Amino acid sequence: MRLWLEQRPERSRAMSVISPLIAIALTVIAGAIIFAASGLDPLRALFIYFVEPVTTLWSIEELIVKTAPLVLIGVGLAVCFRANIWNIGAEGQLTVGAIAGASVPILAPHWDSFLVLPLMLLLGTLGGMAWAAVPALLRNRFGVNEILTSLMLVYVAQYLLDWLVRGPWRDPGGYNFPESIEFQAWQSLPTLGAGRVHLGALLALIAVALLFVFMARTLKGFEIRVSGEAPRAAAFGGFSRSRTVWLCFGISGGLAGLAGICEVAGPVGQLQPSISPGYGFIAIIVAFLGRLNPVVVLLAGLVLGISYLGGESAQIVLGISGKTTQVFQGMLLFFILACDTLIRYRLRFGRRPGAGTAGAEQAP
Amino acid sequence: MSALEAVLLTVITASTPLLLAAIGELVTERSGVLNLGVEGMMVMGAVAGFAAAYTTGSAALGVVAAVGAGIAMSLLFAFLTQTLVTNQVATGLALTLFGLGLSGLIGEGFTGLPGVKLTPIHVPGLSDLPLLGPVLFGQDLLVYASLALTALVAWVLSRTRLGLVIRATGGNHHSAHALGYRVIAVRYGCIAFGGLCSGLAGGYLSLAYTPLWIENMSAGRGWIALALVVFSTWAPRRVAVGAYLFGTVWIMGLYVQGIGIGIPSQLLSSLPYLVTIAALVVISGNRLLTKVNTPACIGQTFVPDR
Repeated sequence: MRLWLEQRPERSRAMSVISPLIAIALTVIAGAIIFAASGLDPLRALFIYFVEPVTTLWSIEELIVKTAPLVLIGVGLAVCFRANIWNIGAEGQLTVGAIAGASVPILAPHWDSFLVLPLMLLLGTLGGMAWAAVPALLRNRFGVNEILTSLMLVYVAQYLLDWLVRGPWRDPGGYNFPESIEFQAWQSLPTLGAGRVHLGALLALIAVALLFVFMARTLKGFEIRVSGEAPRAAAFGGFSRSRTVWLCFGISGGLAGLAGICEVAGPVGQLQPSISPGYGFIAIIVAFLGRLNPVVVLLAGLVLGISYLGGESAQIVLGISGKTTQVFQGMLLFFILACDTLIRYRLRFGRRPGAGTAGAEQAP
Repeated sequence: MSALEAVLLTVITASTPLLLAAIGELVTERSGVLNLGVEGMMVMGAVAGFAAAYTTGSAALGVVAAVGAGIAMSLLFAFLTQTLVTNQVATGLALTLFGLGLSGLIGEGFTGLPGVKLTPIHVPGLSDLPLLGPVLFGQDLLVYASLALTALVAWVLSRTRLGLVIRATGGNHHSAHALGYRVIAVRYGCIAFGGLCSGLAGGYLSLAYTPLWIENMSAGRGWIALALVVFSTWAPRRVAVGAYLFGTVWIMGLYVQGIGIGIPSQLLSSLPYLVTIAALVVISGNRLLTKVNTPACIGQTFVPDR
């Protein structure tokens, strides 16, 4: 018996709604199998992992804190991937954004003004954009594959941060720890409510709304969608590919940089060698789970946020490794991609009908 | 041991994993498939190799396990991209994320344990020659395997019928299919070969380069191998040259750090990545060279029409 694909006459609308849900369900089932195999009660483990994070006010606030950067980055990447432009270096853009924004409180620690925070956010965004401009420039000017350059720059950015916090930007009163000074109240994002939720969550919502309108209602958004789905049509339509590359890297890099400065001016509170648990990479999964649609990305961000939070509590309560989170996240992306196939194809088992007997048309 | 000899020996050990991973990916890409999961396959090879060698005490079994892990990962990729026609770029990224996570999980119990080192071969007489002896005749088997695999791939791709079929599949899968070649099967095979090589590369890291398990020990080498394939414009001989060039850069950074002149160590550590970008710019700037050799169907999915 063989597995083969039969092309649907048209994309299945029902499947495009339920395929991400099937992917999540499959991940949960796979998780249960893994838990059972490692000798845990699968139902209890799943409850602790996926349900408990949303049962108390404290944990919901924590979930929003984790989701905000994922959504900020993921929504930018969704725009990029729509255009078939592969910025996979968001982690590096996040890092440089954090560095650029943090330069204000570190270089002018005593400058207390209402301008400090806006300037930090602006510099963070610009820093991310500048880092993303490198792969965009190299792609447009020399035709260099943006996947490899954007990824290489992640390592460079992390070494840059490492050098700064161990060298010139190390806190002189910090007992030689590789950390910058801690940011003061006026250098940190205001919290929303009494908990840890900060302005970054609001910025993420604004980004989602703006990019939704941008993609659905503006000519530039249309250009981006066409240049991804039908590059030849885009070329005939006179849409400039290089402008699209600049735009997509600018948007995604800027948002990643904003997420970076929001992390260090929010939950982290200073520059450290490690400022993100891989948000820039996990946002790739967020973008795909969100079907590259800004609004759905918001929901997808919550799902991946839960995976981070559940991973932490499962580590404490069940004593399972924190690495399980990464395994779940990777599996989720496999299942998302596999389930997306169901939108355009039906799965068939058994012998494929012989040549000429079936009426299915040729795949594009 | 002279200083030159030491440098040459470390350059070889730094270049071998790059060469192994790149030559495998080259075959995969020649068949028209872009597998961005090299890093994930490599790191899984590293952890499987270390775990098997530590548990059994045999480095040879470690190599077998590393190869097995690499192939298993690549078949997962093949099933998704070839049978379920998923997007190759996204699936490759998923393979890397998954591999880094799973290897961390498996390797947690092995962190900090002393590993089993793959012993270099010793040819009586030849290995004892000054300078050339240890460099040419005193390496471990994987070093020779990497060079032999490169020669084999070069020969198969350019001189045999199999090579022609692989190149036809990568050049135009519809024509290859029309001629009666089983495109999907050829690609499955080439992807698995890529997994085998990446697994070997990972095994080399944890069995020969540093016989230890360190989380994320592939440290971007998988990505550099991917860049090497582009840099070589899909020619096996140039892959070997590129791998040794990058291995040299990697080692020079370490040596300069060791000497301790006033360059920040982080700048030296990021050198391989910066050099990779520079090399890609140089080679991609030459449109003729890249356009002629790029497999035309790379990254495209293929669904057979009955």
